[in-house]
Amino acid sequence: MTTVSDTVQAPARRLRVLRRPQATTGFWSWFTTIDHKKIGIMYGTTALAFFVIGGVEALLLRLQLAGPNGTLLTAAQYNELFTMHGTTMIFLMGMPLAVAFGNYLIPLQIGARDVAFPRLNAFGYWGFLMGGLFIYSSFFIGGSAPNGGWFGYTPLTSTPLGRGFLPGHGPDFWAVGLIILGIASTTTAINFVVTVLNLRAPGMTFMRMPVFTWMMTVTAFLTLFAMPIITAALIMVYFDRNFGTNFFQPANGGDPLLYQHLFWLFGHPEVYILILPGMGIVSEILPVFSRKPLFGYPVVVFSGIAIGFIGWGVWVHHMFATGLGPVAISAFALSTMIIAVPTGVKIFNWLATVWRGAVQLRTAMLFALGFIAMFTLGGLSGVLHSVVPADTQQTDTYFVVAHFHYVLFGGLVFGIFGGFYYWFPKLYGRFLDERLGKVNFWTMLIGFNLTFFPMHFLGLLGMPRRTYRYDTGLGWDFLNQLETVGAFVIAFSVLVFIVNVFVSRRRGRLAGGDPWDARTLEWTTPSPPPMYNFAEIPHVEARDDLWHRKYTEDEAGHAVRIPSGAAVAVEERPAGDGGGDEPGGGDHGDGHGIHMPSPSYFPLILALGLPILGYAAVFHALWLVPIGGLIAAFGLYAWAIEPQTEP
Amino acid sequence: MDQVAIPPGHDVAEHRHEEPRTGTGVSNTKLAMWLFLSSDCLFFGAFISAYLFYRGRPQPGPHPADVYNIPFTSVTSFILLMSSLTMVLALAAIIRGDYRRLRIWLLATALFGATFIGGQIFEFTEFYRQGLTLDKNLFGSSFFVLTGLHGAHVTAGIIWLLSLWGLATQGRLTSRDSERVEIAGLYWHFVDVVWIVIFTVVYLIPK
Repeated sequence: MTTVSDTVQAPARRLRVLRRPQATTGFWSWFTTIDHKKIGIMYGTTALAFFVIGGVEALLLRLQLAGPNGTLLTAAQYNELFTMHGTTMIFLMGMPLAVAFGNYLIPLQIGARDVAFPRLNAFGYWGFLMGGLFIYSSFFIGGSAPNGGWFGYTPLTSTPLGRGFLPGHGPDFWAVGLIILGIASTTTAINFVVTVLNLRAPGMTFMRMPVFTWMMTVTAFLTLFAMPIITAALIMVYFDRNFGTNFFQPANGGDPLLYQHLFWLFGHPEVYILILPGMGIVSEILPVFSRKPLFGYPVVVFSGIAIGFIGWGVWVHHMFATGLGPVAISAFALSTMIIAVPTGVKIFNWLATVWRGAVQLRTAMLFALGFIAMFTLGGLSGVLHSVVPADTQQTDTYFVVAHFHYVLFGGLVFGIFGGFYYWFPKLYGRFLDERLGKVNFWTMLIGFNLTFFPMHFLGLLGMPRRTYRYDTGLGWDFLNQLETVGAFVIAFSVLVFIVNVFVSRRRGRLAGGDPWDARTLEWTTPSPPPMYNFAEIPHVEARDDLWHRKYTEDEAGHAVRIPSGAAVAVEERPAGDGGGDEPGGGDHGDGHGIHMPSPSYFPLILALGLPILGYAAVFHALWLVPIGGLIAAFGLYAWAIEPQTEP
Repeated sequence: MDQVAIPPGHDVAEHRHEEPRTGTGVSNTKLAMWLFLSSDCLFFGAFISAYLFYRGRPQPGPHPADVYNIPFTSVTSFILLMSSLTMVLALAAIIRGDYRRLRIWLLATALFGATFIGGQIFEFTEFYRQGLTLDKNLFGSSFFVLTGLHGAHVTAGIIWLLSLWGLATQGRLTSRDSERVEIAGLYWHFVDVVWIVIFTVVYLIPK
């Protein structure tokens, strides 16, 4: 914000308030950038920071549970930490990391120069950051961090402060913060859908789209329809706590089950919002390192869409223990079994992709294979939950904790780490170190199983979730000890990854535009891609277009490389060609004259208004309303009258 | 929008279509508005469900039949629906390039909307006098939050229409910008349609 100029009413039909930022490099450019690649990196970095924070919370929880009668944490602290661990890992790590990959890759994979709404994209990021900081600020000024679980069951969370069981403003911060995050992710979802529907390069039909882009599209639709439901539920919680409404107050006839229905009607699609991007990433990695096309591409795509649809009809399996009656429970038990089918179809497709391929066990491939194995385990324990009697027994035990960590850590996180190793060369033009990568993978695999596999047994032995201590002599001591050791092995693994990133960014082996001999359009650009992605919008002629530009088949059906020169090796363009560092507007002097959208302050300013209004809502500070409102209104109006691209 | 100077020897026809070309044939902004509205459907859906979920549950009064003034609400609902007509007329005017009527119809739409909000404020005050508050019973909670959030949507629409009207009076809204009016119109019609659902489900269907 260094260049706030005096309010200039520019002459003749040009309204402007702030001088348009120009810089696309340097520290300050990150605050105004609307480049989808930079925003993707910002999403990724921020989400990784939250991953570390959420991981430290998990370590504290594990230290408390390392032995019987742990004394490290008080019950109240334990409540805050498990709530924030869940909230962080789902809303501040999982979703934004998927969005980070989507942001960076969707335009590159469909042959576009940016997303449909570059400034809205920036707003999505700033909204996410503000929402995350807002929730975390409750540790310092809220009297208590959120402490009612990531699911925030009522009436525990909705009973007004003073009359309630939860101390502090935690639940208010949680409800309002998630609403802010919901606004941000809804704008991002709209952006992704419009980008995919409208900006595909000529010839990029739906059935030629890379699977990652497909899965992000399904994810965006799920986000679009799931977020408003939780927003509504959170507004009810907020009103119950602050204005005495009775939505979830049993004493006045309110029904806490309504909250559970609304929450899980959001919550189960949310599970697929988290896992589908991981499935997409794995579907990109496996073919490249198996040297084969994805087996059954249409089936993989359609099973992803099927998961997106059926995912709306299974939410009650989170509520089997609430006594909804045999008919409802049978119906949802069946739908829960059915949704395992498209998931299983995908797993067999992946296996068939690797089958008899010339498998190259690079780190990215290891993580992808780890994903299949771990996610399958999580899927198997998940199907167990459709067996209602078993589920009733397992509800609120560590068995459930084991299940969803196998799906979300073994699934999403393994997929994401595979994605890091696979696309890092595209982002920075250098490989991540393979030796460190293998240490990263194996320690993560071992640490992960050490931490979460014993939880199956602990759950079956009856250890309940969310209890901050347990007595000795219950037969839980050894397994808990083992899990704590495992958690620290995971932490070591993540540390190795971070070291790897810092080392490889500077000294990693140089990668060209297409270091993996890959199949999709993002690899036709130089690494890192210039600001405008494609000097020429590609014309797509096949699924795995890049592969078909590089290879043809001989009579025996073997792939034969087309001699270079016949195909245009795009990555061989001179490195000085743009490089993404010239001003967004105006001519580039590179002979292409590509007009890219200009940087803007206003997405950041609009997003700044949100947490201020949030504090006003939490503390009933009416004086903050005009401040936050004016900042947001200023951002919104200035944004509306600012042209997307400076002429 | 991207502009690409065509490299020599390249297919010219392909690039000429590039600027307006979108995969669906619908402009980005309009598609985004449709997506937002589809999302907003579920937002209202959740509150309407909550209202229906609690309708008729045993609770202390006042009950809906004690406070509703159907003739009054019918009139304000009718005014809101008429604002959809003036919205369409505003769009037709800007497409024709008839800026005087554009300003009139935009302002008329905003005023009809404001009349509806005025009616809602009157209704809320009246209900409050008869003892219905947010915390009185389930009906008060679910009714006020649902209709209040709809009123907030209408208010946002009014501000939007007045902003467009302000641009129009300065001559900054021309036929080329007709899509801006169209998109505001999409939002406005949506808010009206939601009110038809709320009015039917909440006010008219007897329990």
